[in-house]
Amino acid sequence: MTTTALRKAASRRSPSRPAGPRRTAARYGVRRGLSAYGFLCGALICFALFSWYPIVREALLGFQRTNFVGRSEWVGLDNFHRVGADPAFGKAWLNTLEFTGLALLCGYVLPFVTALVLNELRHARAYLRFVVYLPVMLPPAVAVLLFKWFYDPGPGLFNQLLHLAHLPGLNWLDSTSTALLSLVIVSTWMNMGSGTLIYLAALQSVEGELYEAAELDGAGLLRRVWHVTIPQTRLILLVMLLLQVIATMQVFIEPYLLTGGGPQDATVSVVYLMYQYAFNFNSYGGGSALGLMLMLVLMVFSAAYLRLTRDDGR
Amino acid sequence: MMRPRRLMVLLTAGLALTSTACGGGDGSKDASGGKVSITVGCMPAKSQPTQRREWNEDVAAFQKLHPDITVVGKDAFPCADPKTFMAKLAGGQMEDVFYTYFTDVQNVIKSGQAADLTKYLGSVKQLPDLQPSVKSVFTGPDGKIYGLPRQNYSMGLLYNRKLFKQAGLNPDTPPATWAELRADAKKIAALGKGTVGYADYSAGNQGGWHFTTELYGQGGDVVSPDGKKAAFNSPQGLAVLENLKQMRWTDDSMGSKQLLQLADVQQLMAAGRLGMYLSAPDNVTALVDQFQGSYKDYGLAPIPEAKATLIGGDGYMVNVKASPAKIKAGLLWLEYYVLTPGQGQLNYQREARYGRAVGLPQPDFYTGSTATTDHSLRAASANVPVANYKPYEDASARIPGKLEPANAQQVYAVLDSVMSAVLTDRNADPGRLLATAQQKVDGILARSN
Repeated sequence: MTTTALRKAASRRSPSRPAGPRRTAARYGVRRGLSAYGFLCGALICFALFSWYPIVREALLGFQRTNFVGRSEWVGLDNFHRVGADPAFGKAWLNTLEFTGLALLCGYVLPFVTALVLNELRHARAYLRFVVYLPVMLPPAVAVLLFKWFYDPGPGLFNQLLHLAHLPGLNWLDSTSTALLSLVIVSTWMNMGSGTLIYLAALQSVEGELYEAAELDGAGLLRRVWHVTIPQTRLILLVMLLLQVIATMQVFIEPYLLTGGGPQDATVSVVYLMYQYAFNFNSYGGGSALGLMLMLVLMVFSAAYLRLTRDDGR
Repeated sequence: MMRPRRLMVLLTAGLALTSTACGGGDGSKDASGGKVSITVGCMPAKSQPTQRREWNEDVAAFQKLHPDITVVGKDAFPCADPKTFMAKLAGGQMEDVFYTYFTDVQNVIKSGQAADLTKYLGSVKQLPDLQPSVKSVFTGPDGKIYGLPRQNYSMGLLYNRKLFKQAGLNPDTPPATWAELRADAKKIAALGKGTVGYADYSAGNQGGWHFTTELYGQGGDVVSPDGKKAAFNSPQGLAVLENLKQMRWTDDSMGSKQLLQLADVQQLMAAGRLGMYLSAPDNVTALVDQFQGSYKDYGLAPIPEAKATLIGGDGYMVNVKASPAKIKAGLLWLEYYVLTPGQGQLNYQREARYGRAVGLPQPDFYTGSTATTDHSLRAASANVPVANYKPYEDASARIPGKLEPANAQQVYAVLDSVMSAVLTDRNADPGRLLATAQQKVDGILARSN
């Protein structure tokens, strides 16, 4: 190193010039920040293009009459009035709420119980986890069409099983009283694997000492679940409940592939009606209006739920 | 190492060059040197190798005849999806000569996306011989012509000749009345093992579509002539539902599984478990090609007691952005490929040679000498048992065709509910169902008019 270079290096380190290190740190910070902002930009662009822009566009479409070809016309709340006056509108909301209630009853409790059982097992845990998760790996359309055969009132699996037990067969999808429940069964079967795995992960984070202490206090299985497991996994349970309500309110593929909304509109859901408006009735405005209503309902529900459970989650 | 400024200059120049290369419209050489390039929709997809081979042969032959025209096929299967049709149109992705269903034609005309072909049509030799009912589909409210038809269909009764024989019925005398159809369906269902005598749709808006078909057959109508009121709550509408109710619940000849749609019924038919259903003749091809059925097993007849029948079809329109040269080239192509008997899609000799079915019945597309030529060419190359379809063919000329009603899909959605009620609820009251549906459809029509 030359004397000049040494002098320069010394002067950079000199306490008489405190701005030097700070500038270096700032430059380093900016450089680090730049790469972070770069990554953030990528994410923001993706969200903006594929999530936010469609949402804004949908919100605008809800107040327009358009076929995407001619000039769009602002129609105020006409689309909302039109959709609201549709006789299928009320039925679709009732069906959706009923589906959500039933899906919560089955699809919320069942994965939790399954996770509890899997957590307690000492043998074949990995195998059973795989078996429980397997339906999630099937493409939804395949899973739904599989159930179409299960539900066939003639050679279908379920009625064959009922006949084996000397019970009368059911018109699973063809009866207004069982059609919606049949869709709930499909939905639960398809989705419970994911829920089970999440609950299982939460259960494994519960300290073993808590169970031992409860056992020493004479708590049985149910008491241990009630006093240890549920309080310890409350946060996950609350989040999962919210996510499940949001997901089940958007039920579409099951009625679309299994019942076409029938029989007698017994399985028409809000999203199915939205699809009908947008793609079969050529009313993109009507479909968007329905989408906005559903989004609003889910937003209000989510906000209220988060507010009510704010303290529980901590 | 390259300096940033120099790098920027290079990048800018590159971008400018790229954008220049990508720009300039659709890349056709419309006006340069008299050459014209047209994009044409509905080129057969790779999954249809024989049809695609025929298309390529036709394009080559056409371009040899017209060296100044280049035809660029755009493949898709199906040729048009009504769900994405308008989006494609709006996105500027529509071909110069684009395929469309009869049901979309008026929407396209209304949206101003189709070119007015009236003044160019003088060169199309077959135009005077096209059936007026088919030609009128492409006529706008202003009396101008915006497209040319490719093919048409009308609904009939497709039946399983094999099951007819097994049930002791004569497959050469299909049912001519609904009473006969009921009796035949009952006998076929009595064969057991899940055999269904007669099937009908009741989901996915297809129930409404079939109700309309049966209602037209009974002489009824779905909406009033001015399109403002529902017209299906009539003795004819009631007759359709009562008939289905009797077959489903009294005769037990419609099977226990309902909420059927097209593919379900085709599967049943191809599996040899269904006696009859209403369909267009192209279903025979679908049963053979997609479900491994056999032509000899199927027969076609008119809808029993039909006073009218539902008709549909498809054709081509020309993009409103197309230049006069492109319009002329497009019409030349359509004349060559679509409309001239013995050429293109009407080259029956080649179809038979390539192992494709020839001789399936079609409602009359032409009149006059073109019709005679087309019939004789088709008959000469027929390779399917045409006698099986004779009842349908004989009746097609005397049964008037009717197009789908206005706001068809919304009306069908309501009528789906009526069909599913009758077919899934033993206690359904057809009169009440029709009255309720009428109220709903009146509301829909009032809001849309």
